[in-house]
Amino acid sequence: MNNKIKRILPQLLTVLFVIFVFGFFTINAQVNMDNRGIDFGFGFLSQEASFDMQFTLLDYDGQDSYLWAYVVALLNTLLVSFLGIIFCTILGVIIGVARLSQNFLIKNSAAWYVEFFRNIPLLLQIFFWYYAALRALPLPENAQPWFGVTYMTIKGYYIPSMIWENLNVFMSCLIAAIVAVIFLRVYAKKIQEREGKQLPVLYISLALIAILPLLSFLIGGVTLDFEMPVLKQLAQTSFIFEGGIALPPELIALVLALSLYTSTFVAECVRAGIQGISKGQKEAAASVGLTPNQILKLVIMPQALRIIIPPTTNQYLNLTKNSSLAAAIAYPDLVLVFAGTALMQTGKAIEIVGITMLTYLSISLAIAALMNWYNKRIEIKEK
Amino acid sequence: MNLSLNKIKSQNQMTNIYIGSSLLILSILDVFLNSFFRINISGSLPGNLSIFFPLILGFLGLSYLRTEYSGYKFLDSLNKNINTTNFNAFLTLFITFAILKAFPPALSWMILDANISGDTKEACTGTGACWTYIKVWFKRFMYGMYPNELHWRINSAFLLVIGLGFVGYFFKENLKKYLALYYVAIYPIIAFLIIYYLISGGAFGLVWVETGAWGGLSLTFIVSFFCLIFCFPLGMILALGRRSNLPAIRYISVGYIEFWRGVPLITVLFMSSVMFPMFLPQDFFMDKLVRVIIAITLFEAAYCAEVIRGGLQALPRGQYDAAKSLGMGYWKMHIFVILPQALKLVIPGIANTFLALVKDTPLIFVVGLAEIAGMLALAKTNPKWLGFAMEGYIFAAIIFWIICYAMSKYSYNLEEKYKTER
Repeated sequence: MNNKIKRILPQLLTVLFVIFVFGFFTINAQVNMDNRGIDFGFGFLSQEASFDMQFTLLDYDGQDSYLWAYVVALLNTLLVSFLGIIFCTILGVIIGVARLSQNFLIKNSAAWYVEFFRNIPLLLQIFFWYYAALRALPLPENAQPWFGVTYMTIKGYYIPSMIWENLNVFMSCLIAAIVAVIFLRVYAKKIQEREGKQLPVLYISLALIAILPLLSFLIGGVTLDFEMPVLKQLAQTSFIFEGGIALPPELIALVLALSLYTSTFVAECVRAGIQGISKGQKEAAASVGLTPNQILKLVIMPQALRIIIPPTTNQYLNLTKNSSLAAAIAYPDLVLVFAGTALMQTGKAIEIVGITMLTYLSISLAIAALMNWYNKRIEIKEK
Repeated sequence: MNLSLNKIKSQNQMTNIYIGSSLLILSILDVFLNSFFRINISGSLPGNLSIFFPLILGFLGLSYLRTEYSGYKFLDSLNKNINTTNFNAFLTLFITFAILKAFPPALSWMILDANISGDTKEACTGTGACWTYIKVWFKRFMYGMYPNELHWRINSAFLLVIGLGFVGYFFKENLKKYLALYYVAIYPIIAFLIIYYLISGGAFGLVWVETGAWGGLSLTFIVSFFCLIFCFPLGMILALGRRSNLPAIRYISVGYIEFWRGVPLITVLFMSSVMFPMFLPQDFFMDKLVRVIIAITLFEAAYCAEVIRGGLQALPRGQYDAAKSLGMGYWKMHIFVILPQALKLVIPGIANTFLALVKDTPLIFVVGLAEIAGMLALAKTNPKWLGFAMEGYIFAAIIFWIICYAMSKYSYNLEEKYKTER
């Protein structure tokens, strides 16, 4: 009996405390909102947003609803995170491998790269790129082309846009090629298990992925045109580029800062993963007669990835959360558009901050759940 | 590539070394003269060749130098460290030349062509950096809008707080058992009182300075200091809650930790500035700085809890069993047996959390508190000082880099220290 009370009493008190805190806040919020004449509800989501966004992926103008503004802003956030993740992975893997190089110079420059970018607050880095470095770029009329067709100017980066005809044919060909490659891999594995023969999977897959989409150009009637950015004079001294895709400087600064900063953490994960594999593994694999390529593919990488992937996913998650710093340089992401502009216009502080937090929370929890599933799957099952 | 290069090598090792070193020196000299004195020896070569000339020359030189053993100490260590393969040699040259090329412009911008004299923008005439700007605004970057004649109050408050932090080292043997109590309970309260009465004033004949005037680097320190001392006990409770075998407590702790870890700090700050006032009683006013400190503390406590949980999990089960077999209850077991050992394990992790906290504090700029990033934004838009964003951000970056680098080195040392002790 005594034991039971000992178990129940603390739990009861904790639950009561939590209920008390929530109740206190709710009652206060109720009173405050009544006094200011604000009512709680999500009806505002269908109202006209009547503000503009500088950069959108989908069509959006001021007449669309707040809900649509939310979707468009969320897509902007996801775009920054996606680009950041790609670049930070590429950089991080290079730097992480470089830190293990035997070359004294390479090893040390990689180490200094990590120490340098890791120890400066991300916000300062974003400000630096946006307010200092990108402002030093030339005006559109003075811009020199990069790679012949793209222009880096103070107003953004202009790249040619692609104009497709029959894009769906091309896409279905690409998907068909990918499906064929997957089937090929399964088949090759079966053959190897049954007969011990090895098919040249890599070459066949490369050929498939190259040839099928190419065929769609020749037979399927797919055409691809490029629309080049062209300099246009607006007034005596004002020039802009027209045509093509314009990446705003906010996006560039954000992606640069996020990927440089996060790549240092990814590099440390990669280094730890590769260092975590004992030399004996490699020697044992060599002693059973595997080729260096097979050792890397079948012995080293599977084990290294098992160490590398979980902390790296964590870093990707951090990058996604850090992309909310976009609000500081007015890139129209979820926080700026929704928790900034929309909140100012509607005054629905509780609803809007709640939605914003819930969005990030669900992204985090979804990725965490995926990670747990993956960890369970690749776990070494000891017998 | 390797084979063909080996063929052209002479059989005589000395000849190889002479040819190799002269080629290498020539290539480095070319880049050096080019970047430091604008003299281009290879300028007469056609087109792009003059750019690749030193690279090709150095590459040939290094491949001539590459031997298994030469007998010269310097050459052998060169071969072993930076010249093992063609690929390595190429990267070595590339990095060396990049540093040589980048050094002179950076040096001249930062120091040679820079200005520091004078008090106005007009004093900056050179093509380099304008450190005059930093000099004039230095006090603002450090103390924000805090009145100039009262800066001694911030300085002395910091000195007192730091001094009291070291008091623990001088505790006598018989007082050592109160050390934890001092740091967890007494020290935060004293520090709070010192900072409250000395910096904001309003009592003991000190002029009241409202928190809106606080700013600059000192605000960064104040925020991160308070968040650290408050988030640590909270994190400890949450970590114990997450390891508890009482389901209600465990689920509440897990929910708390996962919630705060799942949202970005910036939304938390938005919450503290626009949403939190709605949750308070009607005529209850809470200062913005206090709200921000509470928000960051709640946020950071979740991360702290995860670090401490790591320490709790790392302790062998035997410790728990042994404590229980002595008849200790839950609290006795944790206070005297588990926590002292677990906390010692997680000191490096806590240091890392604190590092992240310091790096996160510039974010409070978003809700209108003018710490160093905020002061920079203010200075940048001052009509008298337009166009010096680069200097300002580089200055702030250097300051933060020094602080964070020192902290990360310190936490690394702690890690090494505790690693060997176990």
